[in-house]
Amino acid sequence: MVLAVEAGPRTRHPLTPLLYRLAGKRRETEDTVTLTLEPAGEPIPLARPGQFNMLTALGVGEVAISISNDPAVGEPLEHTVRAVGAVSRALCQTAPGQVVGVRGPFGTAWGVRELLHSDVLVVAGGIGLAPLRGAVRALLERSPAHRPRPQLAVVVGARTPEQLLFEEEVLNWQHSGAHVLLTVDTARPGWAGPVGVVTDLLGQVPLDLTRSSALVCGPEIMIRFTARALVRQGMRPEAIRISLERNMQCGVGLCGHCQLGPWLICRDGPVFTYGERVESILGVRER
Amino acid sequence: MAETIVELIGGHPLLEGLSPTDVEQVAGCSRNVVAEPGDILFLEGDPATTLYLIRRGRVSLEVHAPGRGPLVIETVGPRSVVGWSWLFPPYRWNFTGRVTSPLGAVAVDGNCLRAKAEADHELGFLLMRRFASLMLERLQATELRVLDLYGDGPGR
Repeated sequence: MVLAVEAGPRTRHPLTPLLYRLAGKRRETEDTVTLTLEPAGEPIPLARPGQFNMLTALGVGEVAISISNDPAVGEPLEHTVRAVGAVSRALCQTAPGQVVGVRGPFGTAWGVRELLHSDVLVVAGGIGLAPLRGAVRALLERSPAHRPRPQLAVVVGARTPEQLLFEEEVLNWQHSGAHVLLTVDTARPGWAGPVGVVTDLLGQVPLDLTRSSALVCGPEIMIRFTARALVRQGMRPEAIRISLERNMQCGVGLCGHCQLGPWLICRDGPVFTYGERVESILGVRER
Repeated sequence: MAETIVELIGGHPLLEGLSPTDVEQVAGCSRNVVAEPGDILFLEGDPATTLYLIRRGRVSLEVHAPGRGPLVIETVGPRSVVGWSWLFPPYRWNFTGRVTSPLGAVAVDGNCLRAKAEADHELGFLLMRRFASLMLERLQATELRVLDLYGDGPGR
């Protein structure tokens, strides 16, 4: 059903969703789609890679979903959604032309601008590649005028080859100058790439990790093991940025559902600099 | 100029830091091998006699599951090691090793190495410590995969 919505002027309030129309939907894997959204009226402010929006499936509910591109370069807003619950399933089933609610953008970004001159390692697991996609695109656009040209390596892990996100685009990153390593948990013969966890591949990354920065996103356990492995291999903890996910509900630090130690992930995160304090608090159970 | 076996294995992470004498000992059991994608290095159930120090390329470890065909459980790449079934009885391969990209490796004769480790317990201890560390790494990686990290979590 296509909802007919008149999008008139409205007062912008962080708890009030704005209406966006689904301009396109691309299936990424069996249970994951990328939604291209265009404002049906007033747009949200420009989002930066790493931030998230609260998306509303009208009549069903609201869920926090990371921005999966870089709207600052003039692209329409994109969200990659995996159907794992009632709201995300409804979002995945939204048809082009239908309307969803969008609140945001919320939280901290990857801070790509601060990495213009650094060699950067991006490590993503599963749906964790979505919040990093915009950052990778921005890093690939770094000016070659910088000498020596900063290097970019991307390590991606997935459950199976069929569940690798953005596979064609990821392979194109290789052609654009990034070192790309893909790994899966299980595969049939015929898969020519590695089978194993992302941490197995860190030793093959052609960067001097002691002088590089890292952006890490994926299941929290993967983040912990990856960050520890990077530190063991000489990377400075302050050079590692991780994106955490908890039970974000309001997006503006009011409800407290996403509290992790002294932080509210929706307000103080989701992107954090890894360090002793963050490391010690990872693994704390959510409320 | 072609590298000698001693140079090839001396630069491999498994043997890095060993004394030249110890590296010579291992080199005495070693030969250089190359293989092409699709080649079978070893077959599940066959006698296990070789340790492969991988220099380039990749080997997949496969297991055959009835009704499901061959499944790749892990791949091993450059600067890593494949094969330790020769270390413990009954000295038979637990998996099939298939080359998936052009392979350059040093094949170490497991019987020869076991005999040298028995004769020189200090060398044996150094090697076993390295194998134990490698096995720990593989165990931890396996534990992570058992968690099915990318599977369905509690979703909204």
